[in-house]
Amino acid sequence: MAKRLDINDLNLYYNKFHAVQDVTLQVHARSVTAFIGPSGCGKSTVLRALNRMHEVIPGSRVEGSVLLDGEDVYAPGVDPVQVRRTIGMVFQRANPFPTMSIRDNVVAGLKLAGVKDKKRLEEITEHSLRGANLWEEVKDRLNKPGGGLSGGQQQRLCIARAIAVQPDVLLMDEPCSALDPISTLAIEDLIAELKKDYTIVIVTHNMQQAARVSDQTAFFNLPEVGQPGQLVEIGETGKIFSNPSQKATEGYISGRFG
Amino acid sequence: MRTDTADLERPASAPAFQQLGLGRKIKNHTATVLFGLAFVIAVVPLLWVLFTLVQRGLAPMLNAEWWNHSFYGLLPNDSGGGVYHALVGTLEQTLVCALIAVPLGVTVGIFLIEYGRNSKLARTTTFMVDILSGLPSIVAGLFIYALWITTFGFDRSGFAVSLSLVLLMLPVVVRVTETMLTIVPDELREASYALGVPKWKTILKVVLPTSFSGIITGIILGLARVMGETAPLLILVGYSRAINYNLFEGPMASLPLTVYTARKTSTEAGEYRMWGAALTLVLLIMLINLLATLLSKLFAVKTR
Repeated sequence: MAKRLDINDLNLYYNKFHAVQDVTLQVHARSVTAFIGPSGCGKSTVLRALNRMHEVIPGSRVEGSVLLDGEDVYAPGVDPVQVRRTIGMVFQRANPFPTMSIRDNVVAGLKLAGVKDKKRLEEITEHSLRGANLWEEVKDRLNKPGGGLSGGQQQRLCIARAIAVQPDVLLMDEPCSALDPISTLAIEDLIAELKKDYTIVIVTHNMQQAARVSDQTAFFNLPEVGQPGQLVEIGETGKIFSNPSQKATEGYISGRFG
Repeated sequence: MRTDTADLERPASAPAFQQLGLGRKIKNHTATVLFGLAFVIAVVPLLWVLFTLVQRGLAPMLNAEWWNHSFYGLLPNDSGGGVYHALVGTLEQTLVCALIAVPLGVTVGIFLIEYGRNSKLARTTTFMVDILSGLPSIVAGLFIYALWITTFGFDRSGFAVSLSLVLLMLPVVVRVTETMLTIVPDELREASYALGVPKWKTILKVVLPTSFSGIITGIILGLARVMGETAPLLILVGYSRAINYNLFEGPMASLPLTVYTARKTSTEAGEYRMWGAALTLVLLIMLINLLATLLSKLFAVKTR
């Protein structure tokens, strides 16, 4: 569990549009890496490239490599389905499956992969919901639809669903952007807990959040409109926020632009 | 200094809300009357049709014989008999039509949205389906006649009717499936992919269940629509006053065909049969629409 990611010379395209240029960075195991930067700088695109979700969008293209403990997820012959089973993802908008109960949502990944052992599913349901700090709130209504939960609960349900398949890495694409401060706090606490077992990469627009939850921070920027996004710098979160080496980072963090 | 109370009580400016002017009042009333009138004009013919149908068709339906007998052996002036033979024909023909059109149409819809989205093949197919959905039913009948009966050499039969109904129902099913699948948000597909679920399983277990309620409603409404088709029936199968369970052989009655045939019997009994069959058909279609509403509620996505 919990593996390292090495991203080398990653270039991402949507048809002819060059979205992200030459990104090289390391994501450490059992730590939280935050991607920050202005809208449209490609941080979500990079995130989606890590578990091969980028290619779901028609016309998209990837160059470069993403190594999961040394294994290239883009090597020929690698099944993207396998990659996504190993590198899970939580999205910006909570997206529980509307036709499934809370229980079925949690174990959806396992059930759809053919796991039938009732007892094991039951155990994983409780374990994942506890892991997502949701168990106490939903344990009496596991058979109710997931869509009936509040926004924050739905997002934690999605996190439970993502960790139920026991991935090595958990990618989070602005997981709190649609949530109120209390639900956000709940999720941030959860990230701090999950860090013990998982490698986490989180995209966020909230710089305080990046400062609070992450161990290292990567700042992405757009040199000019219409040009591809780039990684400006990556470093320890404390250093990026107090003493960044690039002027652009300092400008963004101090709120002078972006 | 002088304090003038009257001065203090006078508002500083004109009140923001004033009474409606006469012009506005007239426009307001005219609009209300016009829209009301349009509604009445639209509803009156509908109610009229229904009223006429019930008035003339109810009497035969109240007879038990109507539901379990055919018109076999009845002379033009004999009253009595029933539409069991026509019910059998209509139900068999539409059921077989659905058995062919639904799997085919749903599959095509899935292909268009889930696999071929924006591809040239998909766009062409969508265009063809649009053309097909405007196909006059008599042309569908002629086509099947040319293909099934003239070219392949089969006899006229209930099955030929089913085939022509497939042509009419297929575009409806494809369209409905397409529309319902488009409504399913991409986020759900991505959520499923991100869990390491393959595409085909995502479609089968996430996308289809989410849109199931809409698809099934559309299918049943399409079925109700082809049930009343008459033109292909006139070409593709002979009318029989006796009960025929066999789709592949011999003349076979159906409700629209019964209405059409009974109209040519210009006796009181003929009129009785005609209106009875007409009301039976409308009732059947109404029941099916009701079933669609029920099923759509049953399979609707629930939040509590």
